[in-house]
Amino acid sequence: MAKVKIPVNKVQELRVICKKFNNDPGELINVLHEAQNLLGYLPAEVQEIVAEELNVSVAHVYGVVTFYSFFSMLPKGKHPISICMGTACYVRGAEKVLEEFKRRLDIKVGETTPDGKFSLSCLRCVGACGLAPVITIGERVYGRVSPEDVKKILDEY
Amino acid sequence: MAKFKYHVLVCGGTGCRASQSETIAANIKRAVAENNLANEVQVIKTGCFGFCEKGPVVKMVPDNTFYVQVTPGDADELVLEHLVKGRKVKRLLYVDPETHTAVSDSKHMDFYKKQLRIALRNCGFIDPENIEEYIARDGYSALGTVLEQYSPEKAIEVVKASGLRGRGGGGFPTGLKWELTRKSKAEQKFVVCNADEGDPGAFMDRSILEGDPHSVLEAMAICGYCIGADKGLIYIRAEYPLAIKRLKIAIEQARKYGFLGNDIFGSGFNFDVTIRYGAGAFVCGEETALIHSMEGKRGEPTVKPPFPAQCGYQGKPTNVNNVETFANIPVIFLKGADWFSNIGTPKSPGTKVFALAGKVNNVGLIEVPMGTTLREVIFDIGGGIKSGKKFKAVQTGGPSGGCLTEKHLDLPIDYETLVANGSMMGSGGMIVMDEDDCMVSVAKFYLDFTVEESCGKCSPCRIGNKRLHELLDKITLGQGEEADLSRLRNLATVIKDTALCGLGQTSPNPVLSTLDNFPEEYEAHVKEGKCPAGQCRALMQYVIDPNLCVGCTLCSRVCPVDAISGSKKTPHFINSMVCIKCGACMEKCKFGAISVQ
Ligand SMILES: Cc1cc2nc3c(=O)[nH]c(=O)nc-3n(C[C@H](O)[C@H](O)[C@H](O)COP(=O)(O)O)c2cc1C
Repeated sequence: MAKVKIPVNKVQELRVICKKFNNDPGELINVLHEAQNLLGYLPAEVQEIVAEELNVSVAHVYGVVTFYSFFSMLPKGKHPISICMGTACYVRGAEKVLEEFKRRLDIKVGETTPDGKFSLSCLRCVGACGLAPVITIGERVYGRVSPEDVKKILDEY
Repeated sequence: MAKFKYHVLVCGGTGCRASQSETIAANIKRAVAENNLANEVQVIKTGCFGFCEKGPVVKMVPDNTFYVQVTPGDADELVLEHLVKGRKVKRLLYVDPETHTAVSDSKHMDFYKKQLRIALRNCGFIDPENIEEYIARDGYSALGTVLEQYSPEKAIEVVKASGLRGRGGGGFPTGLKWELTRKSKAEQKFVVCNADEGDPGAFMDRSILEGDPHSVLEAMAICGYCIGADKGLIYIRAEYPLAIKRLKIAIEQARKYGFLGNDIFGSGFNFDVTIRYGAGAFVCGEETALIHSMEGKRGEPTVKPPFPAQCGYQGKPTNVNNVETFANIPVIFLKGADWFSNIGTPKSPGTKVFALAGKVNNVGLIEVPMGTTLREVIFDIGGGIKSGKKFKAVQTGGPSGGCLTEKHLDLPIDYETLVANGSMMGSGGMIVMDEDDCMVSVAKFYLDFTVEESCGKCSPCRIGNKRLHELLDKITLGQGEEADLSRLRNLATVIKDTALCGLGQTSPNPVLSTLDNFPEEYEAHVKEGKCPAGQCRALMQYVIDPNLCVGCTLCSRVCPVDAISGSKKTPHFINSMVCIKCGACMEKCKFGAISVQ
């Protein structure tokens, strides 16, 4: 794991989050959720601090972080793009939309563009199946997306 | 809801919100104020109406006019015409595709006619962020009655007599589960609500939590009283921010009104609910994995027994039920076990909520009595197949289920029938597929999912599913051989028999059911190197018809890999060795000269 230095004030905030959950190891997942909200991702250094605060091994924290797909050890792009790969979207052509994003951004799923602007990931069902295929960019949901729409959508950012 | 003359209900479900229903509601509010109607008209953001296909939906009460596909720009006209002048805005009414006439009351729409809403009774009717509206529809009176008039044993008898079975997939009798948890002796017990809803393409539980969160809280409190627990936990997916927000509001309000907390209804019974978040792992929907996840650990399942009813969260007896299961409970106490058990079929009483999606005309959230046939759901409620295509299969039970075909359409939907035919009820995802869907690719899609979601603890699931996926991949790439079909079947059977938890035990179902129901499609792939649905790229060939090609060179210019050659004004040619089958040339060709074979 490459070492990342996070700012001292963020370390402080991280410790406050752990305190808020009474440094209870049973709350590890809740702690990680808030930590990821704070920093955008969970680099090794963050995991070490959380492990120390909750008095569990770093291996345990790492095991949990890597188990759940919601947690990421890599920073996301400024505009994280998620393609819904739920079944409803799949049968309505989500794969072709994904291909088009990959082609236009020239990155693979899980990667970030070199300028840090976009990252690409897949998710399982946003629950807007009536609008399938669906993608989200940040908080915004786009429905009934076709491969032809991709350029227009990217141009918005 | 007494003093207002009109109520404007705007759908605030995730689907409609993605189509700007929040702005619609805000614009209607503004227009209402501008027309000095603020004292007469109340604008309410409700939970999902179910008719997602035609969203955003706006409904006018009391005349029940149902407007579809409303945009923010329609707000002024709706207020001025409907509310001020009392005239319906015809262009926003739903048009029946058969009769081509406008239908204004949802009661008369085919989509709603065959539905019976028990679990969804309040979704789309009340403001989920206002506890008073839930109370106005008999909310928390079931809890009051149970605490005042029933002993825990007697209350459990009611649930048993209703015949309610778990809606999370397994169909275990709910009353029996409560009784088992009650009988486990311990100082501390827990009630857990499973809101992990991991089946991709399913949004029943989310819609209930977004549209009627109090019904789940009320049921959890009743369950707590019955089994002897004073703590409830809701395990919910972090991907459901709106449901989480509404649950938090509901919990706060219920505490304020004394429906949660200490000495509820002066009965001496204490009960409170907290929320735990999932973090994106399908296997955490399995109850033992879910419990580990709630304890802050990796969500790996363990062998049952011991069942959670004996040894669950923090090693204490724990009753885990699904969201929809809970949503049925208050009504059972209000209307009686007999009323409930007379709905549906004798072995599967009540209703089931389905998220109907895929290639149907009416995508949405539906609730039908058990025993309704698949045909009624897909063709009457769902309005048939999109774009006039031919029905091919319907998938139920998500990654654990199977694909049913034409010949299964008249089967009644209940737990046993679906299992006997190679699928399962599951939590309620129902995906319809048409002639363009390749069944081998569909099986591969689900295996993609299980391979990614396998927790890795047991080898049949970790390695076996991976091997299944490789075989399917090989077949879709046109490299399969006949022997692969028996390899698939053998391996699938072994995984089913030996995997540790429900995930692995059911993950081969999509493969087995497509092998059983669509053998000719697998054979076409391996014997003839063809994909009958025309979906498997490796088995397709793009060709240019030299009689139609005028040599405009457009195709060769858009081709990203320079696979198209030919000089100006002469027919072009695609080199299939280089072609990546992206289809860009076919889209660009103005002369229809390019086709897939
Ligand atoms: C792989 C797997 C995933 C599951 N996912 C869910 C789920 O998302 N929601 C759910 O309620 N039950 C799910 N279950 C079923 C639960 O284990 C459990 O049976 C259920 O929550 C019990 O509640 P019920 O009796 O009310 O259905 C899943 C089971 C398995 C094996």
